Amino acid sequence: MATLHTHINPRSAEFATNSAAMLEQVNALRSLIAQVHQGGGPKAQERHTSRGKLLPRDRIDRLLDAGSPFLEIGQLAAHEVYGEDVPAAGVIAGIGRVEGVECMIVANDATVKGGSYYPLTVKKHLRAQAIALQNRLPCLYLVDSGGANLPRQDEVFPDREHFGRIFFNQANMSALGIPQIAVVMGSCTAGGAYVPAMADEAIMVRQQATIFLAGPPLVKAATGEVVSAEDLGGADVHCKTSGVADHYADNDEHALAIARRCVANLNWHKLGELQQRAPVAPLYSSEELYGVVPADAKQPFDVREVIARLVDGSVFDEFKALFGTTLVCGFAHLHGYPVAILANNGILFAEAAQKGAHFIELACQRGIPLLFLQNITGFMVGQKYEAGGIAKHGAKLVTAVACAQVPKFTVIIGGSFGAGNYGMCGRAYDPRFLWMWPNARIGVMGAEQAAGVLAQVKREQSERSGQAFSAEDEARLKQPILDQYEHQGHPYYSSARLWDDGVIDPAQTREILGLALSAALNAPIEQSRFGIFRM
Amino acid sequence: MSRTPLTTLLVANRGEIACRVMRTAKALGLTTVAVHSAIDREARHSREADIRVDLGGAKAAESYLDIDKLLAAAKASGAQAIHPGYGFLSENAGFARAIEQAGLIFLGPPASAIDAMGSKSAAKALMEQAGVPLVPGYHGEAQDLETFRAAAEKIGYPVLLKATAGGGGKGMKVVEHESQLGEALASAQREAQSSFGDARMLVEKYVLKPRHVEIQVFADQHGNCLYLNERDCSIQRRHQKVVEEAPAPGLSSAQRQAMGEAAVKAAQAIGYVGAGTVEFLLDARGEFFFMEMNTRLQVEHPVTEAITGLDLVAWQIRVACGEPLPITQNQVPLNGHAIEVRLYAEDPANDFLPATGHLALYRESAPGEGRRVDSGVSEGDDVSPFYDPMLGKLIAWGETREQARLRLLAMLDEFAIGGLKSNIAFLRRILAHPAFAEAELDTGFIPRYQEQLLPAPQALPAAFWQAAAEAFIQSQPLQPRTDDRYSPWAANSGFRAGVPLQISLHLTCNGEAQAINLNQAAASNLKLDGEQLLIDQDGLRRRHLAIRRGETLYLQWDGELHSVNRYDPIAEADASHSHQGGLGAPMNGSIVRVLVEVGQAVEAGTQLVVLEAMKMEHSIRAPHAGTVKALFCQEGEMVSEGAVLVELEEA
Repeated sequence: MATLHTHINPRSAEFATNSAAMLEQVNALRSLIAQVHQGGGPKAQERHTSRGKLLPRDRIDRLLDAGSPFLEIGQLAAHEVYGEDVPAAGVIAGIGRVEGVECMIVANDATVKGGSYYPLTVKKHLRAQAIALQNRLPCLYLVDSGGANLPRQDEVFPDREHFGRIFFNQANMSALGIPQIAVVMGSCTAGGAYVPAMADEAIMVRQQATIFLAGPPLVKAATGEVVSAEDLGGADVHCKTSGVADHYADNDEHALAIARRCVANLNWHKLGELQQRAPVAPLYSSEELYGVVPADAKQPFDVREVIARLVDGSVFDEFKALFGTTLVCGFAHLHGYPVAILANNGILFAEAAQKGAHFIELACQRGIPLLFLQNITGFMVGQKYEAGGIAKHGAKLVTAVACAQVPKFTVIIGGSFGAGNYGMCGRAYDPRFLWMWPNARIGVMGAEQAAGVLAQVKREQSERSGQAFSAEDEARLKQPILDQYEHQGHPYYSSARLWDDGVIDPAQTREILGLALSAALNAPIEQSRFGIFRM
Repeated sequence: MSRTPLTTLLVANRGEIACRVMRTAKALGLTTVAVHSAIDREARHSREADIRVDLGGAKAAESYLDIDKLLAAAKASGAQAIHPGYGFLSENAGFARAIEQAGLIFLGPPASAIDAMGSKSAAKALMEQAGVPLVPGYHGEAQDLETFRAAAEKIGYPVLLKATAGGGGKGMKVVEHESQLGEALASAQREAQSSFGDARMLVEKYVLKPRHVEIQVFADQHGNCLYLNERDCSIQRRHQKVVEEAPAPGLSSAQRQAMGEAAVKAAQAIGYVGAGTVEFLLDARGEFFFMEMNTRLQVEHPVTEAITGLDLVAWQIRVACGEPLPITQNQVPLNGHAIEVRLYAEDPANDFLPATGHLALYRESAPGEGRRVDSGVSEGDDVSPFYDPMLGKLIAWGETREQARLRLLAMLDEFAIGGLKSNIAFLRRILAHPAFAEAELDTGFIPRYQEQLLPAPQALPAAFWQAAAEAFIQSQPLQPRTDDRYSPWAANSGFRAGVPLQISLHLTCNGEAQAINLNQAAASNLKLDGEQLLIDQDGLRRRHLAIRRGETLYLQWDGELHSVNRYDPIAEADASHSHQGGLGAPMNGSIVRVLVEVGQAVEAGTQLVVLEAMKMEHSIRAPHAGTVKALFCQEGEMVSEGAVLVELEEA
């Protein structure tokens, strides 16, 4: 048994500096999330509760088992995207336990723009469904939304990954035996009406929920018929006459209690099988992660110091420790679950890529989930390496990552640049979850490199046309590019666009991974079939 | 006197007294036989006996009061002796006689002595002859209202109506004014009839500020009779003793001797044998009046045992076997002070309505020096509506009264009862009351301090709800899935990413509901350690008893054990849809009278139905004026708690 022992002195000045720098970023993150949790703000919340409705987060809390964790995704969705505040993109999504079953919960926040669907609201709803589908999680939709954001209809309605996909997903998940339960707690108009209509079971709150394809104004415009919202599509109509809904609730609390009963009757089995052990805490406190990551992003750090603070007992059985040393591979347990970890410890060379591919094959054959700890500036470049076939070796790693069917989890703990992002299971490679630390940066390449490349191209153009290209010209050219890359490479920018599932406090990484691993076990662990490995 | 040796003892009783008698019997090496009704099959006294005999039936009349069945049980089990306990047949001369005729030993006085004292009127006449002072009253045979009206007039109001054959407060009414006499007499007669099978009443002067002081006497078959000091049982509620102590505070040894000798005289006058109690009223001037003699072992005998170091049940057995009393009068010890409280399943906040149901939690105080608990129940038992709802007794002894009082308070603090209402908090408030601490005792104590002893229910403070929520969540069992044993989802951590933990609970307690959010960022200052909730505040750590039983948390707060449950929105919604306007039975019982008819208009407060339960009558009255829309019960019918009896349409 190989126990990782730290080489870091938590009493050193360097540790204190690192710690302070990280804590500052974590605190900024916490206050941003706390602000997002205020939804549409006190006024909108008061208007909402004055109608006897619970706030969406209170609805979720009441729905969950008392004390259940809630693993929220996309908390920063739509952050600084639309030039107006749309906290959490107006929809709260995450995994929580209901009657002992891990469920995906999607709750509209009617205090945010009436719960209407912005493009990122749609994207987040679809992301939640994708997580539910991949991990086989029952879905609970707490519906309270005015429907599509009409001014942005071109960005929410017509395309493949737009509004219609929500119902496509419901139908197909239902077909796969993934329960779809809708609790209608407010309006549910037009396309939105299909959320309950397509659900396996639907619950409606009397005098509060409405379901109709067209609301009273549209009905009047179309046919001249004058009808109240309640008479058109209230709970009485749908539970007693139309049969559109199945359960009649007195109020929010009652509706949520009924939803819990629905889940209790699912006869739910988790199908993922892993040889579990009793969980053991790591030897080192997770708060020490703040001091492990250097304040200066250019400074390298030994990723084993991170692993030692994530895995059970800090026990890590390393694979090929002496070969391709810039990629650390090894087996460990996290919260009692076996995991196969790939973690960057420098630039990816050919050997490291081959080792990674080999290791992924091992994990897939054994049915062990993969955990990627990304801190990668890219694959090694240069004539020697191209000649050595870095492209085909890199391709082996990318193929292995792409085809691996075991649950994959990615945490970007530093840089995530270029093809390194691909080889280390970036968003495009369908990890079950992807999180970023607040210090992380993401982009096709680093800001310096991008600016350097563009300056180089410009200089060559200038020289070809005989024009001068001064150092000042270069600086003028580079600055906006540096600014743009820094802005777009920030984890908030990424998270706002749902390139990831959230920016997380490094100290909570272990807990979040444990919850995610457990949630992933709802789905069976499938066999992997790999594509051609170019030899 | 030659008898077969006594090896097997049958106890013709149930509850704590049956357990207590068997404890001594076992210690003396006797085989113990319990009898039980059909519903007491698994009661504690049945479980603790060496042999149990099923009497069948549920009502006392069909079981514990059925003499033939009891004698058959003695025969079947080979018992040579029968202990009657208290209540039931303990003062039934016919029972004593039947036992003697069957050649068995009755652990009580001769039938003739029971007869002599069984009729209060006759007893008083006897005492009058013996020169024992009596309270003025009418003890005649004539039972008509006019006779009582004339007698009461002569004695002067207020007067006290008592069942001639009675005891224990049943069939007893205080009448303040002539106008109430008719109704009170009728009601008292009904109660007396149903409790004792004898409706005869007597009336006496209602002595003001009296103390109830009684003398324990003991006589053997050789003409010896001792008094084992006195007990003060002044703390009463509607003539039911609640707190008893020995010796009586402030009683001089001259008074003790005078009362003791009067009591012995009374016992000897009727040829008494065994344990008996002579009850006196002691007035403010120190004068005492004979009230009655109880020809049995009393509920409160343990306080006498505590201050004398004697085992009265052992004495009963030895005396019945013909042994002489082992000590003489001047050898009777009197050490320290003892106080007893009677623990009842009842709801003090709801006019002390007897409580029935499942004892989901029953935790006795820890054993220790000077502590004694005589109990007839264990956790998991059911308290039925058929018998007296007393669960047991707590007795504390101390070198001084104050030490005994504090010890008893500590015992009450440790005691925990859940699943049904009990009078623990009420007992605690009596013991803690400054007037009780000062021994300002008289039978008006409870009515006088009513407001402090039975405070109006207060809304529970925020700190309580916070503590309840913490204790609830910390005692919440993990919910591991068999298909994912160690899942972190099973922990009740309330984990949230990037924000403080968030646990939302909706709890109910005392009819209040409260939504509580636990979302503190820092570590909580409340920690559940086993069954103690530790609360750290301002440098102090306090402990509160916190016991989880299934979905219920029992949390001690301000001397009271509160039962906290999760709010169930589904049940709540169902309840709001269910039957409105119906008046339900407050407890299990039988309907004795239906006083209205369908369609009848009634005023607010009109008596509609009379329910009898626990040998007491309870009136269902109209909460508002209206018309009787429907009746769902008839006389003689058994109804269960919550059953709708009358539907009333509001006027």
